[in-house]
Amino acid sequence: MNALAARLGNKPWLLSFAGAFAVWLATILFTEGKGGGEMITAALSFATFTVIVGIGQMFVITTGPGNVDLSIPSTIALAGGVAMKIMGGQDSLIWFGLLACIGAGLAVGAFNYALIRLLKIPPIIATLSSSLIVMSVAISYGRGLQIKPPPSFADFTTAQISGVPVLSICAILFAIAMAIILERTIYGRATLAIGQNVRVAHLAGVKVERARCITYLMSAAFAGLCGALLAGFSGGNALNMGEEYLLATIAVVVIGGTSVAGGRANVPGIWGAALFLYLLVTMLNTYGASAGIRLVLTGLIIIAMITLAGGDKPSR
Amino acid sequence: MTDTTLATPARDRMAFLGDPRLLRKALPAVSLVAILIAIFVLNERAMSYRGLDLMLKYAVPIAFATIAQMFILTVNDLDLSIGAFVGLVACIAGTWLVDQPVLCILILAGCIASYAAIGALIHMRRLPSIVVTLGMSFVWLGIAVILMPTPGGMVPDWLKALMSWKPPLVPFPIIACLVIALVAHVLLMESSYGAVLRGAGGNATAIDRAGWSLLRIRMSMYALAGFFGVLSGLSLIGLTTSPDAHIADRYTLLSIAGVILGGGEFVGGRVSPIGAVIGAVTLVLTGSFLIFMRISPDWQIGAQGAVLIVVLALRALIKLREAK
Amino acid sequence: MLQATEKIVSLSGMTKSFGAVRALANVDLAVGVGECLGLVGHNGAGKSTLINLLAGTLAPDGGEIRVSGVAQAADYGVRRAGALGIRCVFQELSLCPNLSVAENTRIYHKSLRGWGWRRNAAELVRRKLDEVFPGHGIPPHATVGDLLIGQRQMVEVARAFTVTDSPTRLVILDEPTSSLDAVAGKQLLTYVRRFVKEGGSCLLTSHLLGDILDYCDRIVVMKDGGVVADRSAVEFDRESLVAAMGNVISEARIKAHEHVTAQRGETPVVVRAVPKQQSDQTALVAHKGEIIGLAGLAGHGQTRLLLQIYEAAGKTRADTSVSGPVALVAGDRQTDGVLHLWSIARNISVRSMRALVKGGLIDRDAESALAKKWRERIRIKTPDVENNILSLSGGNQQKVLFARALGSDAGIILMDDPMRGVDVGTKLEVYELIRAEAEAGRTFIWYTTEIEELNNCDHVYVMRDGQIVADVARADLTEEKVLQASFREGGRA
Repeated sequence: MNALAARLGNKPWLLSFAGAFAVWLATILFTEGKGGGEMITAALSFATFTVIVGIGQMFVITTGPGNVDLSIPSTIALAGGVAMKIMGGQDSLIWFGLLACIGAGLAVGAFNYALIRLLKIPPIIATLSSSLIVMSVAISYGRGLQIKPPPSFADFTTAQISGVPVLSICAILFAIAMAIILERTIYGRATLAIGQNVRVAHLAGVKVERARCITYLMSAAFAGLCGALLAGFSGGNALNMGEEYLLATIAVVVIGGTSVAGGRANVPGIWGAALFLYLLVTMLNTYGASAGIRLVLTGLIIIAMITLAGGDKPSR
Repeated sequence: MTDTTLATPARDRMAFLGDPRLLRKALPAVSLVAILIAIFVLNERAMSYRGLDLMLKYAVPIAFATIAQMFILTVNDLDLSIGAFVGLVACIAGTWLVDQPVLCILILAGCIASYAAIGALIHMRRLPSIVVTLGMSFVWLGIAVILMPTPGGMVPDWLKALMSWKPPLVPFPIIACLVIALVAHVLLMESSYGAVLRGAGGNATAIDRAGWSLLRIRMSMYALAGFFGVLSGLSLIGLTTSPDAHIADRYTLLSIAGVILGGGEFVGGRVSPIGAVIGAVTLVLTGSFLIFMRISPDWQIGAQGAVLIVVLALRALIKLREAK
Repeated sequence: MLQATEKIVSLSGMTKSFGAVRALANVDLAVGVGECLGLVGHNGAGKSTLINLLAGTLAPDGGEIRVSGVAQAADYGVRRAGALGIRCVFQELSLCPNLSVAENTRIYHKSLRGWGWRRNAAELVRRKLDEVFPGHGIPPHATVGDLLIGQRQMVEVARAFTVTDSPTRLVILDEPTSSLDAVAGKQLLTYVRRFVKEGGSCLLTSHLLGDILDYCDRIVVMKDGGVVADRSAVEFDRESLVAAMGNVISEARIKAHEHVTAQRGETPVVVRAVPKQQSDQTALVAHKGEIIGLAGLAGHGQTRLLLQIYEAAGKTRADTSVSGPVALVAGDRQTDGVLHLWSIARNISVRSMRALVKGGLIDRDAESALAKKWRERIRIKTPDVENNILSLSGGNQQKVLFARALGSDAGIILMDDPMRGVDVGTKLEVYELIRAEAEAGRTFIWYTTEIEELNNCDHVYVMRDGQIVADVARADLTEEKVLQASFREGGRA
């Protein structure tokens, strides 16, 4: 009995997939089966970006209360600009551009971690301050101009294999890799242990600061990569293209069954939640709901999810 | 003060109250003075009545929002929805304040009540405030977008007149900021219940043991935050001609930065209303400073971040000295 | 005459258990009006539990609390106790560090409100501070967090004696002098005498037996969750008090274990540590393969010394040198030991992850083999090592923590009072395991609050006030020696 409860408790992500499926079903019932396939393709495409940054945010949130990366949107904007500028529309420079956007992300992550460690300030304040600076750097660097991606890069980010976006396949593989890192590497286990109780983790021999450093580097690096991919996908970079991802990443992490109190993370749930959020918006669109109603429902669903999950530990 | 009656050996015990702590307390004011001097050096004319009036115009709604955020931080929570909330208030007032003022006031009172309800939910279910308020930011924004899909609305003339009032000698924004700081100071720092409210952030167990209701305390703080959020929204539409839902999106981050700049701590109930207003004003002036420096406006928000980091670094240094 | 017999509180048949551990068994205790009652006992005797029941911070499992002769209902709690004039100065400070001294006083008194409340509160606490600690030098508007720990304790004590609308009738002082200097300590005790003379009552605990003997009217001695002596203070002296706290038959038990005794110093030194607060250069020294005991009253720096050694693992510093990796077995399972979301297997393997990595990933078979090996060796009672750690009983959770440390590569094992709340059967199994591991070359540094456990050690250090105050070889170990060293000699200087 206990074992059964534990097994169900271990798979809270099933809920987010079930939700995604229900919403999809409700939509195609309304459209009488029309556009169901296209809807899935679109959902996969858009969810891909949320998943890439969401996984980074998930690792950050997993390290415990007060840990949130608020610099994700600025990092996306900066890295998108860096990648497009370096690629300069030329196919031959795609790899350099990708390296550069990850590099830009790592630089932001290192800066974040340095602030947290040296100034001993809560991560939420550190990433808030750095996000402001990074945004300015992005504005100044890009001069507000939109640079088009190289044709092959644009093709790659929008390519599909029988209705399944190539990028989504990559992101699924990426998620599998991250799930393995979470469960089977020393780093992943360290992160989970820290999130449960930093003191216990330290006393059990876990290298706390190393794991925290890697976490912030990773989150920013993923945001950087996402920036380049988004720019490729949407035909050029834009300063505001990361805006929605601050709230979206926190939302998918919470809905996907990761504990905000820390120590319990869930990679598949991120996928489920990202699909769910996109399909929810599509459904509301189909039903003719206005932008305002979509926002209100999104907010209420986030609050309902966290209230149902319950805060098992007092935390911010 | 009874300090003068201290016996001689006691004075040695007083030595610990020396420099670093005073320095930490003075830091927000020092930052503000530093930026004022820098602006004055760059452009003398900015220090005129007109110059200050212009530069500090938007300090009023930001100061209100910062005080709202400060109430939440006092009980160790964080409000990620204050910007959206201020935007909603602006839209509500822009829609009804001219035509149906009574209805409008009732609706705004309802907004404050829902803030208190959020506080109760967070307390009773022990939820993380960032996630709940993040969700609420969607809700506020959504309602605001429904009310006002495109910029528009009407602003009552008295509100416009108040916000552009030119009193003799001292510009209105300065008077307003002083009043805001004083009112919040009296509410939180001088009133007897204010001590209990702050105590809940410092040591909740002690407050509970002394027989106070922590639920009531949290609800009071959230209600106060909602009230000051409403004032922020009203003062904001007094300055603009056409409110819209996104008008105050930046206020969430600005308000957090303002409290921290003003010497507020992230945990432990250590906040200062006067400091918070000073922090908000400093942030607003940073923008003007950059303009006078002829630095491109691109760097405006970056400079706010940099100011925050510099102040936090200074504070870390002072703390290091304190520890010795 | 009525004064002498009237009781401010009387507890009868108090019973309290924490899980399987019985902290109090059918205890009776009464404090008279105008009486200062001393309460002494070694760690785990039940003092703190009794105080918490009286103060209303814990609810008893059984028994009756009467205040001024009136039986209290089941809802007796802090608020009720406060309203009846019972004040408790807790060991852990219950002041708000972000508030001023006056504001902290206001929190205590609901009637301090309205115009001028701050001035009234400041005046109230300043007067009481002046009365209790003349020359204290604490400005009433100073922020409590900025005060020194001793000054905070003074504020806390003075606040408990302040009176507004309801009288203060019984003040419970739980080790009030532990963070006060000698002068302030004396001032407090002198004030307590004055307070009881004027008809108030006090319940006092202290590790300074001289204070108890000199300032209390009556002394109650507790042991193993019960009262073993209750006599007028003049009937006790230091020796008889120590004897009453101790275990008369311990002499015989120590002899029974004598075969364990090892010669000290035949193997190389692996740990040398001088506690941070040590005034001389006395160091804890451990040789390879030894079991070193750390004794003394709880909270006198033993855990801090263990953490100092833990942080210095593999390093050589001026005050601490430790050769080789170190593992720690936590005693406070919830805050220091258990990773509550994880399985038993993961809780065991967390300290040994590096050894389990194969091709960059943690080898699941090896992980499960490690867990199963220790399940057998240490007899962890579970059908499946993949079950959550919280599915185990407290004793078995503790075994998991032992397995975590013993299954690792650490040659030095630190134990932070790990047998708290563990049943006897488990204890005996673990003792045997520790001895076997020590014989195999592992070094143990074992902080314990149970004097009997020291019988397993080769050498014992007793700590008091953060310092090593006694260094007892195995052959000279007696319970009395440990108690004598734990409680300071005589009164205060």
